[in-house]
This record gives sequence, C-alpha cells and structure tokens, in this order.
Amino acid sequence: MNDTAEDEEDAMLKDITSMLTYFEKHRGNLIPILQSIQEKHQYLSPLALQMVARHLKVSSCDVYGVATFYNQFRFHPPGEHQIKACLGTACHVRGGDIILENFERKLDIKAGETTPDREFSIDRVACVGCCALAPVAIVDDTVYGHMAPSKVEGLILGFEIEKEREKRKKQSNESK
Amino acid sequence: MNQNSKKKLTEVFASIKTEADKRFKEIKGDDDQNILIGMATCGLASGAIEVKAAFEEAIAERKINAHIMPVGCLGHCYAEPLVLIEKPGFPPILYHNVTPGKARLLVKAFLEEGDPVFEHILGSMEENDIIPSVMEFQRFNQEKRIVMANSGLIDPEDIYHYIAKGGYSALVKALTLEPEKIINEIQESGLRGRGGAGFLTGKKWQLTRDVNEKDKFVICNADEGDPGAYMDRTLLESNPHQIIEGMAINAYAIGAEKAITYIRAEYPLAVKVTKKAIEQAKEIGLLGKGILGTDFNLDIVIFQGSGAFVCGEETALIQSIQGERGMPQPRPPYPSQRGLFGKPTIINNVKTFGSIPPILKKGAQWFRGVGTEKSPGTAIFSVVGNIVHAGLVEIPMGISLRSLIFDICGGIPEQKKFKAVQIGGPSGGCLPEHFLDTPIDFDSLTLAGAMMGSGGIVVMDEDTCMVDVARYFLDFTQKESCGKCTFCRIGTKHLLDILERIITGKGKEGDIELLERLSIDIKEGSLCGLGKTAPNPVLTTIRYFRDEYEAHIREKRCPAMMCRALTAYYIDLDRCARGCDACVGSCPTEAIFTTRDRKKGIDQTLCVKCGECMTSCPVEYDAVIKVSPPELAPKIERPEEG
Ligand SMILES: Cc1cc2nc3c(=O)[nH]c(=O)nc-3n(C[C@H](O)[C@H](O)[C@H](O)COP(=O)(O)O)c2cc1C
Ligand code: FES
Repeated sequence: MNDTAEDEEDAMLKDITSMLTYFEKHRGNLIPILQSIQEKHQYLSPLALQMVARHLKVSSCDVYGVATFYNQFRFHPPGEHQIKACLGTACHVRGGDIILENFERKLDIKAGETTPDREFSIDRVACVGCCALAPVAIVDDTVYGHMAPSKVEGLILGFEIEKEREKRKKQSNESK
Repeated sequence: MNQNSKKKLTEVFASIKTEADKRFKEIKGDDDQNILIGMATCGLASGAIEVKAAFEEAIAERKINAHIMPVGCLGHCYAEPLVLIEKPGFPPILYHNVTPGKARLLVKAFLEEGDPVFEHILGSMEENDIIPSVMEFQRFNQEKRIVMANSGLIDPEDIYHYIAKGGYSALVKALTLEPEKIINEIQESGLRGRGGAGFLTGKKWQLTRDVNEKDKFVICNADEGDPGAYMDRTLLESNPHQIIEGMAINAYAIGAEKAITYIRAEYPLAVKVTKKAIEQAKEIGLLGKGILGTDFNLDIVIFQGSGAFVCGEETALIQSIQGERGMPQPRPPYPSQRGLFGKPTIINNVKTFGSIPPILKKGAQWFRGVGTEKSPGTAIFSVVGNIVHAGLVEIPMGISLRSLIFDICGGIPEQKKFKAVQIGGPSGGCLPEHFLDTPIDFDSLTLAGAMMGSGGIVVMDEDTCMVDVARYFLDFTQKESCGKCTFCRIGTKHLLDILERIITGKGKEGDIELLERLSIDIKEGSLCGLGKTAPNPVLTTIRYFRDEYEAHIREKRCPAMMCRALTAYYIDLDRCARGCDACVGSCPTEAIFTTRDRKKGIDQTLCVKCGECMTSCPVEYDAVIKVSPPELAPKIERPEEG
C-alpha cells in the first residue's frame, strides 16, 4: 500500500520536473506555475513546492509564503468527489451555512478536510455566480441550485450507490 | 494618421466586416430558424446543457432546419434556462424556465406546426400584434443596455457575431484619431470607473499618457472578489470582445503594447471564453502586431487571480502578477504613474472597459445624456437575495433603489416585508426602508453610508437578522485581511468576536459602543480600501438597526429569528396530526420523536435548527413553530423506550 503511494508521488514529481521546463525562470511565473501544478495534480506537495523554489532560484519559504497567501491553493490531496458549499452573500441569506453543516455532519469532516477514505472533500467557496439559485453547492463541477438538507443526503447517497454498483461490477468481472 | 493609411485601415476592416456579415447571414438569414440558448454559468446551473441536447435531438428527429446557438446571459437569471426562438413570420420569442420536455414540445408545436405555445412564453422581443412584448415588463422597459447590449444575443465564442453587430468599429475609429482626442472624448463623457471608487477614467488615462516611458501596461480588473456579485464574470462570459475592444482603445490612447486580463481562477468559463476571444481577435488581425495594417501593436494575456479578495485592490493585484503575496502598497505613487514592474499602468474594471466602445461610437454627449450629471452612463448590478426576479440589470444611473427593487426586480417573494438592502458588498452598507428613494449614483450612495462598490445588491426581507449580516461580512473581511496593518488584522478579529458573542446571546452592555469605537479606529488605521471600509457593514447596521442589537444583548432575542443560538423550534401539539410522519423523515439529525399519543416532539438537544421540519409540515397543520428566545418553546419529554 505504502509503496504505491510512494510510486504515485514519484510519478508526480517527475511530471512536475518536465512541466517546469516550459516556464521561464522569472518570479512573475510563480503563481502560474503553482496553478498549473495544482490543476494537473490537484494539490501542492511539500516536495513540489521545493522544486518550484529551486527552479525559480528563490527560497522555499518564499514560495510557501506566496502559496499559502492565496485561497486557491491546497496542500493536501482532495477527495475523489469535491464538494463546494457556497457561502456567498446570497447563499448565506438563504441558509447556505445549514447546507454546509449538513455536508459536514453527513461526512463527519469539516470544511477544508478530506474523508479518511479519500472519497469526499468539502470546501467553502464565495459566490459561484448563480446567486439566483441560492443556496448553491457544487459537486465535481456540477452546480446544484436551491439546495436543502434533504438534497444533501440524496446527493451523497447517490454517490454511495454508484460506488457500490461499480464494486459489484468489478467483482462479477473478476469472478468470470 | 495620414489619408493613405486611414484608407488602408478602413479597407482592411471593411473586408473583415463583410466576412462577418456573410457568416452571420448564413445562420441568421431572413428565412432561418434559430434557437438561442443562454449558456453562461447561471444557465448551465439551471440545466441548459440538457435543454440544448433535447433541442438537438428533436430537430434531428423531425428533420427540421434550425440553427442552435449557444449565447451568453440576458441577465434574467431567475428565468433560466432561457431560450429565444426566431422563426420567420413571428417576432423573436423568449421562453423561460425551459426544460428538456418543453424543448421537445417547442420543436414540435412551434417550429413544426407554427403554434408558439403561449403558456411558456415570457414575451416577444419586438412589438407586434400577436404576442405580448417583454417591453410591457418594467424590467425590460426601464433597463438601458449599453455594456450588456449584446449579452445573450450573440455567440460569445464567435468573434464574427460581435463584428456583425457593429463590434470593433469603435477601435477602427479610435485608430484614425490622435490619442489625445480619444482621451478628451472619454474625459468629456464623464465616465467614472465602475470598480468601486468612481475615479474619472479619462483623467486616469491622461495621467498615464503624460508619463514619458516606453513600456506601459493596461490591466482589466476582473478579480470580482465581492462574495455576492457576478456581473464582471457574466460580461466576460457573454460578450468578451466588447471588453477586449475597450482595452485595445485604452492601450492605443496611452501608448501601451501589453495588456493583461486579470480573471479569478474560480471563474473557469470566463477564463475559457476570454482566452478564445483573444485568440480569435489575434487570428484576424485585431490584436497582435500591426493591428489592421497600422503600426499599433497589442498583446493581451490572461492572468488568473488566485482567490484573494484583497487582490482586487489595484496595488495588491500588481503584487500578485509580480509573483508576490498580494499585499497593498502605499499610494502615491499611483499605478497610473508607477505600476506593474514599475511602469505606468492603467487598471480599470471590466464594466469601465465595456463602456468605452459605445462612448467612442456614439460620442461623449450621447453618454452624458444617460444617467445623472455627476454619474453619467449606466450601472450594472447583480440583484440577489430575497427578491423575485434575481439577476443582472443594467439601468441608467439615478434610478431610485425603490424602483430597482420593486418595479424592475419584482419586489420581495412570499409577501414578506422588505427590511434592508445591502449595497457594495463587504465594503458597503445596509440601508433601511427610508432610504429606498435614494437615487443610485456614486455620490448619493456614499452619502447614505453605503457605496457603489462592486455592484452587488443583496435584498433582505424581514427574516434576515442585521446583526448576523454584519457578522457575515466581518467574518469575510477578517479572513481576507492580508495582515499588513495591525488595525485591520487584529481589529477586524475583535469586531468579529464581539459580533459572535452578541449573536450567541453572550453580548454585554457597552458592546455596541465598543463596536463603534473600534470601527472608527480600524477605518483610520488601515492603509488600503479593505480596512478602510471593512467596518461599514457594522456601522450602518448599528446606525439603522440599533434596536436589533439591543434585543440580542438585553433580551437574548433575535427579532428576525435567524440567529440559531437564540431560536428554537417546537411542535404545537394542538395542531400536530396524529400519525402524520412528514417531519420525521425530513430531520437530518433524528431529533424528532413520537409522543405517547402519536404526535411529534423535537429533542432540543439534537435539533440543529435547519428548519426542514417546518418546510415539510403539511400546510393544513402548520404545526411547527419557531420562537426566540428559545426558552419560549414548551418542554416536551421524549417518552422512555419500550
Ligand atoms: C479591497 C478592495 C477590493 C477591490 N476589488 C475590486 C474588484 O474586484 N474589481 C475591481 O474592478 N476593482 C476592485 N477594487 C478597486 C480597485 O482598486 C481599482 O480602484 C479599480 O480596479 C479601478 O478601476 P476603475 O477605475 O475602472 O473603477 C477593489 C478595491 C479594494 C480596496
Ligand atoms: S452567493 Fe452563492 S452563488 Fe452567489
């Protein structure tokens, strides 16, 4: 188990090395570099940050300082399904915090965390531009408007059923 | 510019325009049927993709000749998915809340059989004898579309659509003029920056023009950090070329060859559409080297903002492009003189750039004729919250808040009472009912204690707690404070702590005065606009809704019954129907139990006060009741098991 995790990290670092060659070594590229690493690999690992620092010839604490300043960057791998609860003004006025709380309670994690099985992670976001549908939640790039606590259960149940089905399919394929 | 190059310029553009007209005609000829589907973020979230697929299937199945055109946002987000159908012999008809089922019906009944299906129509876009026109709605009637003129009517991903509608002709005109002349025109128009502060755009351009430097920059500020506003994003998603054209005119006028569109990374669709727009403009010679055969060069690149509110502030924005933490810098020097990489830099808001092409085309005097004397032109707002017709509106400056909220946006839903309107996001303020007749313009709003800000308007009904609203915004600004100034960093945290204490019933006498004193100190002790305006939501809510603060502190009661620590739900046993289980399944925490006589009770220790049981209780019983303070709820014991 541990080996595969290490292999994964190795592959990621290799890939980042080759990505870095596309960026000129000037400071103004720092944020675009961090963005493209995160876009491809979902998060910024400590080693990745060090590589960026070496590439741009700045200290790693400098890179870390910039990366942690911005809300966009995450430093832990997110879950398979990423849940974002909107807490923009319109969603707040219409009870967005209740929706967030329901996700948190249902999955037993807090906003910003990932479930131990890495299936789900929850984040809070501010206004996703569909205030007319408030309260809003985004799950894996799909926007769900007019959310209600009961819809939260439905959504998560849907994912669980889907997963169960796939597991069965895999099992029956293997037994064939 | 001499006559020869002028001639060449007009010729080059004329051939582009001919091509555009030809292509536009191919799909929008006199006997073509068109289906325009709103596919900006709000449309997509309401199911526009499924609707488009249904239309495609239906026309293929019935072998009907019609073009399907994805378009941007018309601003009527409450009615999405919106579909506009153009059919020869009929005026263009707008359909609202279209579902895949309605889509199939429209293809069969309207496109095939010629029945426009009246019950699904919002209105026709032209006056006619058959179908009521949308102009009969206050919304369409009072709106004045200058920046959003083409939003929702053209395909944002096809540059030729914009050109066919007259786009880029303002740039052509600009290129024939002396730069000074352009700046004069903008100065005369009285255009004020739409990014919040309302600085005179022409004056800013002149300052940069006057600096004797070779390298200059133009930056379009699409960071839009206000957590309740989305018009900049929608403009870029719906008609990016008008913004690009404005930026190009600006670059030519001040002598810049590099421009940056700074869009927040949370707006993936806006980034994608803008990127494509820039590429297309480059392909046909409207950007890049030697634009339209002149010696004007311009490159536009996109920089994705990483989601820090303070980066909307111009000096912080510059820091972030330079690869630093987005910390604001003292001004002067202003960016217009020393900005990005130390070079003179113009930073304008998306809507400011969007206003430029129409001004140049129609003239400063025409622009002055719209809006008020001190604030000419239009304002674009996203009106959201407890409002019937939420969405984007573009109105002439000077219209009153009352007519914006009640006439144009349909007022408050469910016959609730209006309580307050929050304008300008985290830097703005909450205005109560007696300010409803305030005209919307830069100066009147500032005078009332709010501000134009970003253009976010959140309407709140009687069920909204003003103390909680203040806490919400403080929670936001406290997290977003960059930490540079002590007063902003620590002061906002203290404000937040006090507000939290108040909404959880732990407020003390003297807290209100403490909030006020601290607010004034923070305003004075902060460098940038974030800290200077962060206390506004607190100050305005105290000024206009002091009684609500007092009720929280003295009576431990939330008058709007919103603060969860100060409210409770209970079930009225006289109304509860024996054997009905509607609320039990709705409760996410299993707090509802059955009493001995088979009615329901709520276990207050488990209840999280989400209100689901209240929604699910059948109207004929209406047995769930909310009270504040929580002690008012009668105690109903859960019967022992077994
Ligand atoms: C905390 C803070 C956030 C800001 N956010 C934005 C923003 O999201 N968009 C914007 O255009 N201007 C924003 N501004 C204003 C900019 O600093 C700047 O004044 C504006 O971009 C200038 O453009 P304009 O002249 O077209 O208004 C913000 C200012 C402050 C202090
Ligand atoms: S506030 Fe949630 S979508 Fe705008």
